[in-house]
Amino acid sequence: MNVLIDKFDVFAGGFWLTLQICVLAAIGALILGAVVAVLRISPVPPLRAVGTGYVNVFRNMPLTVVMFFAAFGLPALGSNADFLRIPGVDALFTRLGTDLPYFRFALIALVLYTAAFVCEALRSGVNAVPAGQAEAARSIGLTFGQNLRYVVLPQSWKASVVPLGSVIIAMIKNSALAGFFGVVGDLSATADQLTGAEGYAFIPVAIGISIGYLIMTVPLGALLDRIEKRQAVAR
Amino acid sequence: MSQQTSVLYDVPGPRQRRITLISSLVAGVVLLLGAYFLIYQPLDDKGQFSMELWGPLVDPSNENFSLVWDRIGLGFKNTLTAAALAIVASLVVGTLLAVLRIQLKSLTRRRFTGLATPLAYLLRGLSLLLSAVTRVCVEVFRGLPVVLTIFFVARGFPEFGVSFDNLWYLVIGLTVYNSVVIAEILRSGMEGLPGGQAEAAAAIGLSPAQTTRMILLPQAFRIMLPALISQLVVVLKDTSLGFIISYEETLNIGKQIIGVLGNPIQVYVVIAVLFIAVNYSLSKLAQYLQRRLARGRKTAGIPALNPPPAALMSQAEGAGGN
Repeated sequence: MNVLIDKFDVFAGGFWLTLQICVLAAIGALILGAVVAVLRISPVPPLRAVGTGYVNVFRNMPLTVVMFFAAFGLPALGSNADFLRIPGVDALFTRLGTDLPYFRFALIALVLYTAAFVCEALRSGVNAVPAGQAEAARSIGLTFGQNLRYVVLPQSWKASVVPLGSVIIAMIKNSALAGFFGVVGDLSATADQLTGAEGYAFIPVAIGISIGYLIMTVPLGALLDRIEKRQAVAR
Repeated sequence: MSQQTSVLYDVPGPRQRRITLISSLVAGVVLLLGAYFLIYQPLDDKGQFSMELWGPLVDPSNENFSLVWDRIGLGFKNTLTAAALAIVASLVVGTLLAVLRIQLKSLTRRRFTGLATPLAYLLRGLSLLLSAVTRVCVEVFRGLPVVLTIFFVARGFPEFGVSFDNLWYLVIGLTVYNSVVIAEILRSGMEGLPGGQAEAAAAIGLSPAQTTRMILLPQAFRIMLPALISQLVVVLKDTSLGFIISYEETLNIGKQIIGVLGNPIQVYVVIAVLFIAVNYSLSKLAQYLQRRLARGRKTAGIPALNPPPAALMSQAEGAGGN
């Protein structure tokens, strides 16, 4: 059990890095997912096709393949994802700016993969709005944009909070994969490092790492349960 | 789905049709140009379309073709083996876990009247404790990343002197996570059933265990079938995590091929297409079943069942796993 105390800073550092990956990837995935969702409900067929294609491709591909693409395909194309070094943001999240590109590759993979699920969560919210609402909006002459802005989206937001939350929880768990793709020092890489190379006893390390992830996932899940129960009552 | 989204806009009139047509053309041209300049040209510049890189994968006359596809076939077979074993194991364990949790929950409500007071309190405490323990186990294993479960299984078992083939580490790791998810799906399915189902079963004298086995579970399986199938897609996708414990599944074999031929993009494209084809057909099957079940329910005249909780459904739809 000593490893938990001796290496507390390693565990804490791993937790901090995983949290950074999750925050950045969540922001990216929410933005990209919203864009894809807009594409999927737009009245223009080619845009809808692009959105549908995107979702089908990324939802049916293992994240591992996306990660491999990012970590080995991008370098083969001569890119090291420098465009993610947005001035200001990389000062806040120092790992974005360091020369090690794997942090950025992992982010790209997580964002691309999660965005497909975010899109579906948002769309399920739109679908949950009773058809009569949209019909009523159209019958008083609102255009497509007005309909979305004033009638459908405000209501769909409520219905999509819970699925969005479970997508984010899944993403936090998925971020563990980054440690096996060259991101040094996040929680899962820490587990590998401590039990493998440094030869610490397995169980305490496993407990420490698990606590790190559970701190992020369990409270969020409990919060979602509460929101869902309240919504069920409100309905 | 298209029915649902089209509610957002009216049946287009002539003007709207013209606008749609024009914007479709503009969008199509922009998309094609974007695809050309942002995807095709960079790839072409790096020579990624050369036959040297694609040949072993698509050209049957290439000397490596049969070799490469033999390996990919082997990897795919390994993927399917692991997936099938994990699916069966997690369905069995998940069902048992769901039944256990339902039973424990009904046990905690029992007062054990007729027994000596200390004994009744003891039994009541025990059932509360067991119920709490299973609850905590479910929360913990659901909250842990699958990658780590597999990793912990592969690292942990040998430490205690138990060692298996890599296949079994993968299967156990996947089962631990997915059985918990399946248990939650089934449990919420059973709890979502109309209360009359269990009451009627009790009225004709079935014991709680019989009620669960003969009345609740079959119905829960039926309503939750689409969610279960989506979860199976997740299991199939998650087998690709076998690479971290060097199990020879599709992706790992792909890595070996890349090591020899040096064509990462091409090999990953082929593997991605394989996965997408299989998983897409499975998701379509789930959708088809969902539609059929929805129709069947209406004609059977069973009163509207509570819809399964959205959180569980969307988690089962594939966001849950890897």
